[in-house]
Amino acid sequence: MITVEHLTKCYGDFTAVSDLSFEIDEGHVYGFLGPNGAGKSTTMNIMTGCLSATEGCVRINGHDIFEEPEQAKRAIGYLPEQPPLYMNETPAEYLRFVGEAKGLKGRELQRQIEEVLRQAKIGHVKDRLISALSKGYRQRVGIAQALLGNPEVIILDEPTVGLDPIQIIEIRDLIRQLGETHTVILSSHILSEVQAICEKVLIISQGKLVAFDRPENLEKLLLASNGISFTAEASEEEIGEVLGGISHIAEWEIQVQEDGGTKVFARTESENVKDICRELFFAFADRKKAILEISSRKANLEDVFIELTEGESGVAEE
Amino acid sequence: MIAVLKHELSGYFHSLTAYIFSAFLLAFVGIGALIYNIQSAVANFEYVLGYVCLGFAVIIPILTMRVIAEERKQKTDQLLYSLPIRTSQIVMGKYFALLTVYLVPLCIVAVYPLIFAQFGEVYLPTSYGSLFAFFMMGAAMIAAGTFISSLTENQGFAAGIAVPVILLNYYSVTLAEYVSATASGSAAALIVTAVLLGFVIRHLTKNRNLAYGISILIMLAVVIIYFADSSRFEGLVPDIMTKLSLFERFYTFVNGVFDLTAIIYYITVIIFFLFLSVQSLEKRRYN
Repeated sequence: MITVEHLTKCYGDFTAVSDLSFEIDEGHVYGFLGPNGAGKSTTMNIMTGCLSATEGCVRINGHDIFEEPEQAKRAIGYLPEQPPLYMNETPAEYLRFVGEAKGLKGRELQRQIEEVLRQAKIGHVKDRLISALSKGYRQRVGIAQALLGNPEVIILDEPTVGLDPIQIIEIRDLIRQLGETHTVILSSHILSEVQAICEKVLIISQGKLVAFDRPENLEKLLLASNGISFTAEASEEEIGEVLGGISHIAEWEIQVQEDGGTKVFARTESENVKDICRELFFAFADRKKAILEISSRKANLEDVFIELTEGESGVAEE
Repeated sequence: MIAVLKHELSGYFHSLTAYIFSAFLLAFVGIGALIYNIQSAVANFEYVLGYVCLGFAVIIPILTMRVIAEERKQKTDQLLYSLPIRTSQIVMGKYFALLTVYLVPLCIVAVYPLIFAQFGEVYLPTSYGSLFAFFMMGAAMIAAGTFISSLTENQGFAAGIAVPVILLNYYSVTLAEYVSATASGSAAALIVTAVLLGFVIRHLTKNRNLAYGISILIMLAVVIIYFADSSRFEGLVPDIMTKLSLFERFYTFVNGVFDLTAIIYYITVIIFFLFLSVQSLEKRRYN
């Protein structure tokens, strides 16, 4: 569906995207994740023909975006980071223009405008000036615009930035619905968002692709940081003895606290943290030592993200 | 292209731009007609057009300043880039919309000679020939204004550049009289122009070698020609300045000559600036 090969973009001496290659298949919601300035917007702008590449190529349904821009662009609906809206127009006028520019005419144009107004739930504001609409509604008008012409791929650049929590939830629901009928690619620097809606995640850092997998597989990547933290009323030696007798525990850190408890973080090698917790509980119970607190810690996408982008960038803000 | 044209037109007539432009143009022509045709009882309508054409320095920038600059400012240019239309179609659509807005007041003006003809002898071919040339000259300036608007995202800046450019073009004939007509003066002026051109190219393409290369090539050519045959440079700069004047060619029509070369010159200017506008828009993808 979309093939990106050896994409490189330089601004003078600065390399925004370097040798990026990936392939996107039909019918999934893809998340484009990376810290600010990682090259997400640049890559999306190149994929939609808004920006040229220094090297490499992007093919959409087999059409090169630079060689056959018209055919390639027909397959894409794009919402840039800042929705490209004409403030002195109403959504109806705006959508009519975009529809006509995408080659729609007459009754088909009218039908599609009504369809996207319904999908984006902006039918009731279609005759108000865009300048009078709230940020959330403007975002929806931007998404409606991307949907016109029924493109196979919808590309959304940070669609939820600057929205309030309720609007964020609404836009996410909308994206999820779109994912049922379209291929959706969205970029974000918010991990929970990508985890919540995307079926596959591309992590990029400093213009390079560092990971491309399903969110749950990425978490498995970091099995090593799965662990159990607990506080027990026992001395360091006793804890060492207990932990030594339990399988699947590789290493641990001990921190003696002033109120008598000892805080421990143990790294586990197994996915089945529950079993290890149970084992720990009975081991301490046998020794008549109380566990005051116990919790398992599962690595999430955030850890993967930090692990992958750390060191390379130093700008991982989230 | 039709989509862009329709969209632009509805934009102009929804905002004040088209009305302000028409009001100014009609006011200028109206005052001119009042002074020449009515008060002085001169039957030549073309003199009015010759008199008001300086007004272009005000009204053309009003019309063209926002045409591309505003897209850039509102970031709607990203939408245009991502739509399945070519950059040339975008520029053409915008240009024809501007021409349409320009034609509306001219259609009203076109009635004036007929009215005057009711009250005396008016030589209509000269009047309408001049009106046509007036349209073509305006069209050439609109093309130049479109290009200037494509260089910046600030409308005020676009207008601020367009006004002096038009004024300079208007006065270039007068200025030409003050410019040194000697061979060495012309050669020096050409070398300065080559240096300036180098800076402009460097600014636009960010390519130093290309800019300096072109600049040095032109300078070398000037020096070689100067030493080979310095008489070629005699009176060259004033000549070029007069030739470049859009207004000077228009006065030929006012004097009653339908000059085809002038029309071809106007069309060339239009194509040249529209081409540059397309390149300017394309270039932004390569920054």
